Amino acid sequence: MADRALPVLEVKGLRTVFRTRGGEIHAVNDVSFHLERGELLGVVGESGSGKSVTMMSLIRLLPAPPADIRNGEVLLNGADLLKMTPEELRKVRGAKVGFVFQDPMTSLNPVFTIGNQIMEPLRAHMGMTKAEAETRAVELLDLVGIPDARKRLKAYPHQFSGGMRQRVMIAIALACDPDVLIADEPTTALDVTIQAQILELVKELRQKLGMAIIWITHDLGVIAGIADRVMVMYGGQVVEQAPVGELFANPQHPYTRALLKTVPKISGGREARLKVIEGQPPILTQALMACPFRNRCEYRHEACDKANPARRAIDGRPVGRGHDVACHWHAPAAQEVEHA
Amino acid sequence: MLTYTLRRLLLAIPTLLLISLVIFLLVDLAPGSPASEIPLTVPPEVRMKILEALGVNEPLHVRYLLWLKQFFWVEPLNGFDSLFGTNFAEGMQRIISYQSRSPVFPLIGERLPQTLTVIGTAYLLGVVIALPIGIYSAYRQYSLFDQFGTMFAMIGFSVPTFFTGTLFIIIFAVWLGWFPTKYDTTLVVADWESFLKQLRQMAMPVMVLGLANAAAISRYMRSSMLENMGQDYVRTARAKGLDEQVVVLKHVLRNSLIPVVTVIALGIPSIFGGAIITENLFGVNGIGSALIQAIRGNDLPMVQTLAFIFAILIVAFNLIADLLYGMLDPRIRYD
Repeated sequence: MADRALPVLEVKGLRTVFRTRGGEIHAVNDVSFHLERGELLGVVGESGSGKSVTMMSLIRLLPAPPADIRNGEVLLNGADLLKMTPEELRKVRGAKVGFVFQDPMTSLNPVFTIGNQIMEPLRAHMGMTKAEAETRAVELLDLVGIPDARKRLKAYPHQFSGGMRQRVMIAIALACDPDVLIADEPTTALDVTIQAQILELVKELRQKLGMAIIWITHDLGVIAGIADRVMVMYGGQVVEQAPVGELFANPQHPYTRALLKTVPKISGGREARLKVIEGQPPILTQALMACPFRNRCEYRHEACDKANPARRAIDGRPVGRGHDVACHWHAPAAQEVEHA
Repeated sequence: MLTYTLRRLLLAIPTLLLISLVIFLLVDLAPGSPASEIPLTVPPEVRMKILEALGVNEPLHVRYLLWLKQFFWVEPLNGFDSLFGTNFAEGMQRIISYQSRSPVFPLIGERLPQTLTVIGTAYLLGVVIALPIGIYSAYRQYSLFDQFGTMFAMIGFSVPTFFTGTLFIIIFAVWLGWFPTKYDTTLVVADWESFLKQLRQMAMPVMVLGLANAAAISRYMRSSMLENMGQDYVRTARAKGLDEQVVVLKHVLRNSLIPVVTVIALGIPSIFGGAIITENLFGVNGIGSALIQAIRGNDLPMVQTLAFIFAILIVAFNLIADLLYGMLDPRIRYD
């Protein structure tokens, strides 16, 4: 194991481009962030903001072509994943980094049993015999709260409900005790009660196992409930990053503020309509020369058209370690707190 | 699964009866009679006698029922007799060919081995070639290999067998002299020498038909693989850190094979149907050429029987394909 003080994952200047017939799409633009051991980092942003692409770029899960990772470093315990050979990378996937995807209905292979699919990474990475892997698979199903685990090993995915399949996906991702678990909108496809169950499960597992988690979502309510730190993405870049309480109390980026306003409130009077952010996130056919949010921003001024703002610290701590924002506009110091 | 199979088998009975009626009526509508094959020098009384002996003058429904009885009762009994040396079927009228005046089934039995060896081998070869081509083409979509595979499939698809057959004869038999132009049905494989001879004479028809079969199946395999390659579970398999080989040859292939196996199973009856053109081209004395000869000679019982045998095979392999489907895909359970 690497030095305890080092972050388990450090991403520097990641840049991913999709080559299409119509030209290049700049999906991830100079994204840098880190993940401490045992930390839960929430990544928010609307569809098309580059959240998933960023995380899939980390372990090179995007089909290449068309995806092309142009630049950057992804240091997992100090080793750069982007420089690894496919074989070295294979040993990281599923072993050191677990992945849970959005749609549990299609993420499991329909023709193999649950047991088979849980045992696969165990046998591939830990060199377990069939019997050992089976014992471990039963443990894992128990861990994710699937009753009657031994019998369920022989079941096929279609015999499970969506929530149960997502539990199975989590069991697969956790099979080899990864250092990092990347959950890409794991509750989006589930209904609300099941969402709550999965959230509880993840909180509980985190306490038990202590792995670091990256949780991608567009649901700020989820983030408020489980994350330690939040990273807001827009236009394939990080626009704001802060500890969770700080972000909700003192949002700096107009996009973050707008996002917070779109969350429906239970308390208080009923507003006529839920707030929306007008417009669409940009499709970036060229490298960013201006702020990607400017067309939807209520604080737009000349500087926004001239340069893409760099991330700057708000609270005096280095960028990425405290609260930082990528915006030319300086929010007034006194903030009315809307969503604490 | 068992109840499902039994139910399907029971359902097959009315299906086949209906098919048999349609075949019988359609063939019966054909102009001409066995009398046209009898030389004009034969006196009319004798001619009438011959026709009576063949049962041609009976009304339609009587002939149909008689044929059914012969097909399902007399002929199986005859088969039983010849296997075990019994004589249950003695004295019963068998289905008689108008042309040769001898029972139809032994005639078919003589033709079947040629068809099965040549066309069966071609089909098997086609499948064995097509699957890897389809898999690799899909895995390396738009690669040079894939382009060649596509071209190969296009040729196999679009160039008719009478053309490729003739071309092969010119190249391999006439110019190069590697293979004989004609298939010798009388050849008996007894030793290494005759086995090699058999291989050489089989080579061209097998290549011609194999090319056509491989073309179609490789396309099915490719498109099925492509469809599955983009599925979420494939990404999951990669995210688990599995070998690329395991990802493709286990996760993707197993799902992709489901429709392809069905196509292959449904294609098997066509082996028994023979490949009429190829058999004629190379002089393979198989079922296909038997059917053509029977049609030309107004040999109604032979045509009816052959057509009905094909119908039975098609119904049977449909059932087999469905059962295979259920075995390959756990989402389909028949109970």
